[in-house]
Order: sequence, then C-alpha cells, then structure tokens
Amino acid sequence: MSGLTIHDRPNSYIGRSVSRPNIRRLVEGKGRFTDDMSLPRMLFAAFLRSPYAHAEIVTIDTSAAEAAPGVVRVVTGKEMADVCSPWIGVLSHLEGLKSQPQYALPIEKATWQGEAVVAVVAETRAQAEDAVELVEVEWNELPVVADMEMALDEATHVIHSDLGDNLAWQREFATDGIDAVFEAADQVVEETFHFGRHTGVTLEARSILSDYDSSEEQLTVYLATQTPHMMQTLFAKHMGLEDHRVRVISGDVGGAFGIKVHSYADEYATVALSIMLKRPVKFIADRLESFTNDIHARDHRITARMAVSQDGEIQAIDYDDVTGVGPYSVYPRTSGIEANQVVNMTGAQYACPNYRARTNVVFQNKTPMCQYRAVGHPILTALTEGLVDKAADAIGMDPVDIRRKNLLPDDSYPRKSPTGMLFEQLSHQESLEKIVQMMDYEMLRKEQGKLRDQGVYRGIGIATFIEVTNPSAMFYGIGGAPISAQDGATIRLDAKGNIIVQTGVTEQGQGTEAVIAQVAATALGVTMDKIKVLTGDTDITPCGGGTWASRAAGVGGEAAAQAGHALRQRILEVAAIMLQADAGTLDIQENVIVDVADGRERISLAEVGRVAYYRPDTLPKDFQSELMVTRHYVPKDYPFAFTNGVQASYLEVDPATGIVTLLNHWVVEDCGTVINPQLVDEQIRGGVVQGIGGALYEECLYSPEGQLLNGNMADYLVPMAGEMPDIQVAHVESRTADSELGAKGAGEAGTAGAPGVIMNAINDALKPLNARVTRQPFTPERILQALKTV
Amino acid sequence: MDKAVQVSMSVNSEAVNRTVEPRQSLADFIRNELELTGTHVGCEHGVCGACTVRLDGQIVRGCLTLAVQADGCTVETIEGLTESGEIADLQNAFVTRNAAQCGFCTPGMLLTAAELLAADPGASREEIRKHISGNYCRCTGYQAVVDAIESTARNRLGEAS
Repeated sequence: MSGLTIHDRPNSYIGRSVSRPNIRRLVEGKGRFTDDMSLPRMLFAAFLRSPYAHAEIVTIDTSAAEAAPGVVRVVTGKEMADVCSPWIGVLSHLEGLKSQPQYALPIEKATWQGEAVVAVVAETRAQAEDAVELVEVEWNELPVVADMEMALDEATHVIHSDLGDNLAWQREFATDGIDAVFEAADQVVEETFHFGRHTGVTLEARSILSDYDSSEEQLTVYLATQTPHMMQTLFAKHMGLEDHRVRVISGDVGGAFGIKVHSYADEYATVALSIMLKRPVKFIADRLESFTNDIHARDHRITARMAVSQDGEIQAIDYDDVTGVGPYSVYPRTSGIEANQVVNMTGAQYACPNYRARTNVVFQNKTPMCQYRAVGHPILTALTEGLVDKAADAIGMDPVDIRRKNLLPDDSYPRKSPTGMLFEQLSHQESLEKIVQMMDYEMLRKEQGKLRDQGVYRGIGIATFIEVTNPSAMFYGIGGAPISAQDGATIRLDAKGNIIVQTGVTEQGQGTEAVIAQVAATALGVTMDKIKVLTGDTDITPCGGGTWASRAAGVGGEAAAQAGHALRQRILEVAAIMLQADAGTLDIQENVIVDVADGRERISLAEVGRVAYYRPDTLPKDFQSELMVTRHYVPKDYPFAFTNGVQASYLEVDPATGIVTLLNHWVVEDCGTVINPQLVDEQIRGGVVQGIGGALYEECLYSPEGQLLNGNMADYLVPMAGEMPDIQVAHVESRTADSELGAKGAGEAGTAGAPGVIMNAINDALKPLNARVTRQPFTPERILQALKTV
Repeated sequence: MDKAVQVSMSVNSEAVNRTVEPRQSLADFIRNELELTGTHVGCEHGVCGACTVRLDGQIVRGCLTLAVQADGCTVETIEGLTESGEIADLQNAFVTRNAAQCGFCTPGMLLTAAELLAADPGASREEIRKHISGNYCRCTGYQAVVDAIESTARNRLGEAS
C-alpha cells in the first residue's frame, strides 16, 4: 500500500512553495544561455536585411563582401535553397488557410522590412556585420500593403500573385436566428476595438549555434527554443536529414512567451550555413533584428455588438474581425490560430446562446504575426468584457451584477459553448465573489464617488476570462504539424539513491524543473535534494512538445507523476526481495523504505540502489531489477483543459495629461491543482504585467511604407518597475479529472485578462467626462484625444 | 579596422592585460575576451540594463562603455560579486522569493539593487521600484524583485541597529 493518488502521498510537495533547483545558477551569473556557448572553429553569421517592406531583388553583388577581412562565405537565396527546402505555414484543420512557400533567404523578393536576404559568415561577429555593409543589392521597390483594412480592396496590390488575393484565411460562425435576437433586443450596444500590434521583447534575443559534423552526418543545434523536438523535426525535414541525425539542445532560455515557439527563416539559414561550411555557426539577433523578425501579435480591428435585455440578460454577441498577419503564415503553427481562438471563445464564459463571428486574416508587408503569450485571449477578453460593461451601462446595471447574472453557474458543468468548446469544470461565480471580497468592491465604489466630487478620476475595472490550457492534438497535430501533444518523463534511481528525471517539457523560467521535481519527489517519496531534472535536449529527453499553451505542469507533470509511481513500485519490488517482505506492505518516505503499517524505517534507497546495481548476484536468478521507467501522458477526455479567472483593476486617470496610474490589481484564477503556489502566483503576476504592456505601452508603429518606426527599446515602451502596481493573487482549485495530478495551466491567465480589465477601468474613470477609449495601447495621447483636449 | 589598443584593468580583483579593438564594448570584452558570461547583452543601446557592471565602484552600462575606457580601472561583474560574497544575502533573497524567472536580466538587476542597498538600506518600496526602473524584466512583473530587495534592505538595517 503506497498511497492511492499523488494527492494522498505522505510528505507531499504538491502545494508547497519550494525554491526552484535551477535558480541559484541564474542569480550567480552562471546561467547557460545559447550565446554563452562557444565551439572550436566557430564562425558567426550576419544578415543583410531588406530595407524595404516590399521589393524585388534585381541583382546581388557579393564580391566586395567576400573580399572583406575574416569573411568565409557569402550566401544568397539561390544557393541557400540548395541546402534548405522551403516551407508553407498551413494546417489542414484551418480549412482554406493559404500561404506562399517561404525560403530561408528569399530568392525573388523581400516581403517585409528586416527580412534576411543575404547571409555573411565570418570569423567574428563584427567582421560579419562589417561585410554585410559591403553587399550591394539592386532593389526594385514594389507597392506596399501596410494597412490591413485595405488588404482586400480591389485596388490593393496582391503580395503573392500565385495566391490570387491577400486573404490568408476566413472563418465564420453563426448560431441560428441571431439577427432576430438583435432586432427584438431591449438594448444593443456597439463598439469598435483596435488591438495594437506588439511583440514579446524577450530580453535574450533569438540565439542559435549550429554545428554540423559531416563524419557522422550529425547536426547539433544549440537553440533558444521552447520546443526542441519540433525544431529537431523541422531542421531535419528542411535540411534533408533524418530526425535522429539532428540534436537540438536548449539550455537556459532568456524569456520566450511564445516568441521562441516558432521557426524562423534566419535560424534555418544559420543551420544551412553550418552544413555548407561543416563548421559551427552562431547567430545572435540584435535588437533591431528582433523587433523586425520576432513574431508580432494581436493587431486586430473588431467591430462588435451585444444584445441585452433591460433586466441584464446577455442575449447575443456578434462581431467582425480583421487581422493582418504579415506576408506569410508562420510555419508550422500558422498565423490563423489567434483569430481562430477569438472565434472559438469570445463570450464563452457567459450563458449566451446566440453568437456570430466573422474573421478575415489578411496578408500585408509587415513582420509576420503568430502566437504570443495568451494567443487570442487578450483580444477576446477585452472584446467580451468591453461589451459587457457597455451593456451594463446602457441598462443602468452594476458591472458586477451583470456578470453575476450571466456567468456560467459553477454547478452547470460539464457543458459546451456555442462553438462547441467543452468545459469540464469552471468556477466563474466563485471566482467573481472572491475577487469582489478581496478588492472590497463596495468600499472602492464609495471612495471613487467621493474622489470624483473632488475632481479625481479613478476607475474600477472587472474582467472575467476563460483560458485554454493542456491542449491535446486538436490544437496542431490534427492539422499535420509535427508538434507533440503528448509528453514523457523518464525517471531512474541511481546506485546512491538519487533520482534523475528526463522530461520533454522545457524551462524558460516558469519553474518547470521545480514542478517536475516536486511531482516526481512526491510520487516516489524522496526529498527534493535527491532529484535532478534534465530538460531541453532531444538526445536525452523523451519526445515531447515542450513548454507552450500552459501545458508543462499539466501534461509534463502528469507524465512525471506516472513515471514516479511506476519507479516507486519497481524500487519496492527490489526492497521486498531484500527484506523478504511483501512489496505491498512497504513504501518510500523521505528516501527510506518503510513499513506502511507503522512507518518503521527498514533500508535506505541508497541501499536498494547499491544492491540492484553492484550486487545483483544477491538477488534471485529469475529477477531482474528495472530501475528506470518512462511514462507518457496526453489529455484524453477533454481536448483542452479550460481554466478561468477574473481580474480587477483600480487606477487613476489624469485628465490633464492622459496618464494612467495603476493603483491596485487583483487576480483570482483557477488552474486546478496548484503544485507550487509561489511559482503560479509569479506566472500570474508576470503575465498580468505583460498584458498591461499591451494595454498601456507596447505597439509596433509603422509608416505607410511599411517601415517599423520604433524598433528599439527606447522608443518601444514596455512596463518598468516604477509604473507597475503590486498584484494580489488568489486561487480557486477545480482540478481536471483528466489526470491524476489535476493540474491545468497558469502561464497565460495574467496576460489573457489584463488588457480588458485595464480598458474597463480606464473607461470607468473617464465615464463622468463622457469619454471612452477602445484602441490599445491606451496612451496618454489617445486618452487626451478621447477627452477632445488634443 | 582601427588599430588594436593595449588595455590593463582589474576585473574581479584579477589583473587583466589584453589587446582590444577601440570599438569593442566593455560588455563584449567581458563576455568574449574574458569569458565572464554572467554579464548579458540585451539591447546594445543602453536601455535594458542586462549588461550592468561596476566600473570603479559605479554601475555602468557595459554596452555603452568601451573596453578602452576601462583601461586602468577596476571592473566588477556578477561573477566577482558572487565570489566575494558581497551580495550573498540579496542573492539568497532572490532565490527564496523567486525574484528571477528566465534569469537573463538578473545579474544586471542584482548589481543595480546592490548599489541602492549600499547607499540606502532604508529605501522605501517606491524608491526601490524607481531605482530599478532602468532594468527591464519581462518575466516577473517586478513585484518579486522589489520584495527581495526590500527584505534584504530590512535585514541589513536590522543587523546594523
């Protein structure tokens, strides 16, 4: 007898805020980031990048660059295509999604400003960058499609003539009879929302060091990535290698947030260069290259309306979306997923049966757009919650009351949304009541009223949200992407009683290694110091998806739990032989084999290891110890583990300057089992601040010619410590029954809700001044424009 | 390129003599020539603070300082501060409070925080936030960082009194 589930284990680490085993090296400056790696005979790549958003490449003269000091090779698109085959970023389950073949270096034309066109390899990075200046390209400028609103106009230039038009994808969804509902409604509120194009700004730029050993046909790529196995398969495919000849190693990754879950043309090019030269080649993006090549996100214009009855029943939601995704759909995840999420989940937290959504995903000559933290959720949450507040205002109802009335009842699960999303168990009502209490809503309303009389404009915002986590193969695999939905853990006992866990999920600072160690330690009955976790190496870890879509704890954690249980059983079998006992009467507690009945210590784990490995002669001839096991897990009963939560914001708007001061921020969130409360809370806080970035500061600004105007950290603003509030976080725990661990994801909840709640709070503050803002980011200028003072 | 220049400096209490290109930044020099990779390069234009190091006792942006400017100077990096134990309490607080996620900003953040702790261990939360507002962190949302610096400051004050 050794515990029924992981939640019943003695000395459990589940629910404990233990420190991350890998944080010490980070605070001592001993992190192992990709750029910290050096290899013998290593070369450096730099790229000539298109100065134009759209231009034909007429001629390229590389002679001066080739003659420059230290230069080893200059490569254009044509030569590159001999080594690296092109790709098309489409998936079959996004029916009708189209895109053009994309090359590591384009052959005929550049389609966004900053696209890599010519590669230079030299002995030092400085030499490579110097030589890039000497490459001569004759360009023929082409008409630029910058404004997504005009991308589908007859008169607008078609970027890829083979595709016929600039429409990448279109989706419509409608329930029956929705027009009649709007016609009969007591009130219909309408609004147009703009979501600025922004990007992840990982502090560590994208980084790659590729090494090709022709003697073994072995490609080893050190890459700052969230998903080593996906990249292994993609590099193999496009370089014409077998997967097992490609090893992708991801050490410490300096921020990812979805930026590093995609494949990038300049990274394929770097790999191809190392194959051409049979030498290690490193490429580290500089900050301008990051701003013009890291995927961008959001950039939606949504026109929406909501029907509501006079007594506050939300009756119908209808919207029309256009989003510009750059010149290609990004490979392999595609650029249709964000718009798709918005269609799937807008309004889904409410018991509103009538729903219509239309989305046009269009091509344009800007940096490619793809999935970034919380994919679609910040958009659909702001859209939904902005409409709900407006509807409440129209019928004179309190924003909390209208949510109480319409949020899905906590006892109504499992249930399906109008678009077919299957919800196992959510806790909207409990979460709302909890946050109302945490923030002391009534008191804040009183304070707000009092201050308004004194000319101080404070706003209270509420935004409920729903979030998709722990995705099954329904996300990508069914569409043909080589992306693993399942994940694995291999776990073994060494001869000294230590435990080594190899996991397919990866670490970019979330605390993955801690969570995996906690789960494994608990399942086994060992202390945390006995555990070592290995991640981020395709030669070492079981095949898995990596860390994205809030899946590491829920999917990777469950694999670790099951592997831990299995190894414990095998350890106990050895111990039972050694002790001449029944394995069922034994357990492991704090590194010692004990009697279940009375907890009496029998022998140490180290003693089991010693006998199993060094003295197997003392074990029966017909017994072979197997102290290394692998288990895999993928969610089966539900395609996604939906989570929910609610955020609240209290802020002040200065009508003279348009500046927003954040006073307080609250989050109640339900990610099921909380494995490490501190890590979950820090994921929420970090996520909230990233969401606030999109709401208040961050926007990639373009000229009409498609030139990025603020591609540097001084002009592209992100949240800094001085402007951010402390954030209060609390939880409701609705475990998923799909796994024993019961954990859902938590990494994106903060980002999902923050922009919507900030918008609602600003509009609440501006209400007595008869002003509203719906165009993110809500800069001082836009607030002053809304106030008609500029 | 311009002619290489001979420089001598003390880096983490060790004498260093090297020949450098005049255009090489102190951050690149520390990382590439001395292989002290704890100093990170985030933006290369003086905004993000990841490359923060100490030059003659003052924190500077390693990317905006040239290696030749450090000639004859004392340079301290995260490796040196770790070795000396000067900020061990702050580092422990970062570990306990999970004030680092990806850890890329952390060495710069620690050097910046160390300056405030040395100058004013009585700094308020708001002053801490202001002081570290030249250091980007994209992961934590800053609260844990502020908590860790604040608790270190309070402990130092407690020990001093």
